[in-house]
Amino acid sequence: MSTDHHRTPSWDDWDYPEGEWMLSGECPVRTNRTLMLEMAARVLFPTVLVFSVYLLIVGHYAPGGGFSGGLVAGLAFVLRYIAGGDAEGAAIGSRIRLRPPLLVGIGLLLAVLAAFAPVAFGNPVLSSAMLSVDVPVLGHVDLVSSLILDVGVYLLIIGVVLDLLRSLGSAIERDEREARR
Amino acid sequence: MTTLVTLPVLLPILGAALTVIGSRSARLQRLVGIVVLAAVSVVAAVLLVAADRTGPVVVELGGWPAPVGIVLVADRLSALLLLISTLVTLAVLVYAIDQRITDYGRDTASTTFHPIFLLLSTGVSLAYLTGDLFNLFVAFEIMLFASYVLITRRTSASRIRSGMTYVIISLTSSLLFLSTIALVYAATGTVNLADLATRVAALPPGLQTVLALMTVVTFGIKAAIVPLHFWLPDSYPNAPAPVTALFAGLLTKVGIYALLRTQTLIFPQVGPSTVLLVIATLTMIVGALGALAQNDLNRLLSFLLVSHIGFMLFGLAVFDARGAGGTALYVVHHITVQATLFLVSGLITRRTGTVSIDQMGGLAQRAPFLAILFAIPALTLAGIPPTSGFVAKLALLQAGADGGPFTRIVAGVVILASLLTLYAMVRVWIRVFWGTAREPLPDADPADELVVGTAATSRPMYAATSGLIVISLTIAAAAGPLSAVTGRAGTDLMDRLPYTTAVLR
Repeated sequence: MSTDHHRTPSWDDWDYPEGEWMLSGECPVRTNRTLMLEMAARVLFPTVLVFSVYLLIVGHYAPGGGFSGGLVAGLAFVLRYIAGGDAEGAAIGSRIRLRPPLLVGIGLLLAVLAAFAPVAFGNPVLSSAMLSVDVPVLGHVDLVSSLILDVGVYLLIIGVVLDLLRSLGSAIERDEREARR
Repeated sequence: MTTLVTLPVLLPILGAALTVIGSRSARLQRLVGIVVLAAVSVVAAVLLVAADRTGPVVVELGGWPAPVGIVLVADRLSALLLLISTLVTLAVLVYAIDQRITDYGRDTASTTFHPIFLLLSTGVSLAYLTGDLFNLFVAFEIMLFASYVLITRRTSASRIRSGMTYVIISLTSSLLFLSTIALVYAATGTVNLADLATRVAALPPGLQTVLALMTVVTFGIKAAIVPLHFWLPDSYPNAPAPVTALFAGLLTKVGIYALLRTQTLIFPQVGPSTVLLVIATLTMIVGALGALAQNDLNRLLSFLLVSHIGFMLFGLAVFDARGAGGTALYVVHHITVQATLFLVSGLITRRTGTVSIDQMGGLAQRAPFLAILFAIPALTLAGIPPTSGFVAKLALLQAGADGGPFTRIVAGVVILASLLTLYAMVRVWIRVFWGTAREPLPDADPADELVVGTAATSRPMYAATSGLIVISLTIAAAAGPLSAVTGRAGTDLMDRLPYTTAVLR
């Protein structure tokens, strides 16, 4: 860490990221943290994730789908990263215990298998089937087999966003810290 | 049978998924890459036989019929190009894997190289097979995004700079392509190629000309025809040898394929196209003269690539069945030989430590086998009988001789450009392989992916290069049946009905 981080901040640079790309969670100067953003991120995080799953499911008939759902879920992680920085980024990785490339790979695999699956039933590639059921609480529900493909896309996009956070976020912060040393 | 058509697109994506998931096991990645590409080659061969016997194989994705649904079409032309492209990709993959083993002392796993390589193959396959204009755009994007990664990964700042030229030019051409699709859709209400074949003919002639010109410019940038070629010699030579070989072999040829498909199917015309003939002449001459001025081996090969793009354009410009068939045959020959030459150039650079022809010399004494590996594709490119280059050029010249007085003159330019190619290759031969042997130069930039001057080359690298030469010689040996197939492919292209009736049942 450089020494200028240990100087007492004046009142007008509390919210000011100094040279770093984003404010790091392990920042030694406590006053440099943006508490409002951190609290907001914690409150919003689960809500945004639920909303992303909603987008994923309604995507068959309404605006939404795997791509936009995945992007929204990815944005939830981006919000945490902006609020907490590098340490938060590392925490995301340890919490879901998956390397982002693995998430990308599983998503891609799921999507390709969903494309191939109809062939096993004698239908053309990428064709879809629908299952209509009446569920007590939810009412009439149409389950479309192409949802599996959308789930694959959803996972893939989350993986890509997490990988971006890793390679263009925390990796750049780390490089800058090492360059300063 | 129709499901087979989707395999060349879906299998590499499946392979990419598996190689990402198994990104800690180099052995698994290697196995998946080679097995997938081998399987796609087999599928392409089956498709070629089926398309040649019973006409185009069409699959309607999701069971939605054309023109509303998306179709993949494997006719003679696309199946043939798919087969040769996949074989070349497979050889380049073997070379690339082994180069990595040789450079790092062991096989290293990577989350980028194998998946991206397979995605590039997906893009190429989709470009050949797709039956609509928008998916052609998607195919180009898959291909280009993969190529952006391959051209800039693990490299130095100066090479990133030249990679940026490539990225910016490609993005510009993609933007132009997208605008063209929007205009085509606005004018006709469809993007299905077979449907466009009838609908575009009903448009006013001026609008037809504008749309045709826009496609020529779009694909002309990708195919590097003069004067849209300037980016190619600045970007391709700076990548590692296998990547350059793959780009030079496949990407420009996919541009030529797109030109051939759209110009014959959507914008057909009667008799030779004067504009295309002039552009083809310029491309042949500028490329060949540019090659003579180069001292960098890879830049020289890049200019020759530009020159030979002109040959393929010439076959298209004649606008008859023989010309189109000649172009198809030339593409098959050129994909193989250009990839081979860049792989050999990689082997030479590893021996000599430089790409500068001035600083090489006497390599024939130190590496006689390498000299043979260079000589065969060099003579093939120049078109010396009995190589595949001769067969392909003969097909083009025959088409030119039948086309009329102007095409006969351009056919003369083909011979001139061939002689210039031969001259350029002989110069390389004399200065690189003859004379007194020189010591290899040290690696100027040890940090990047290009390891040079170590002479560390392994048998599989030579085997992959030799394999490509064997393919090239096989093309020459099977010239009879092959040119019969490309001849029928040319007839199909000009006739248009086999394609449109198969798609719009």
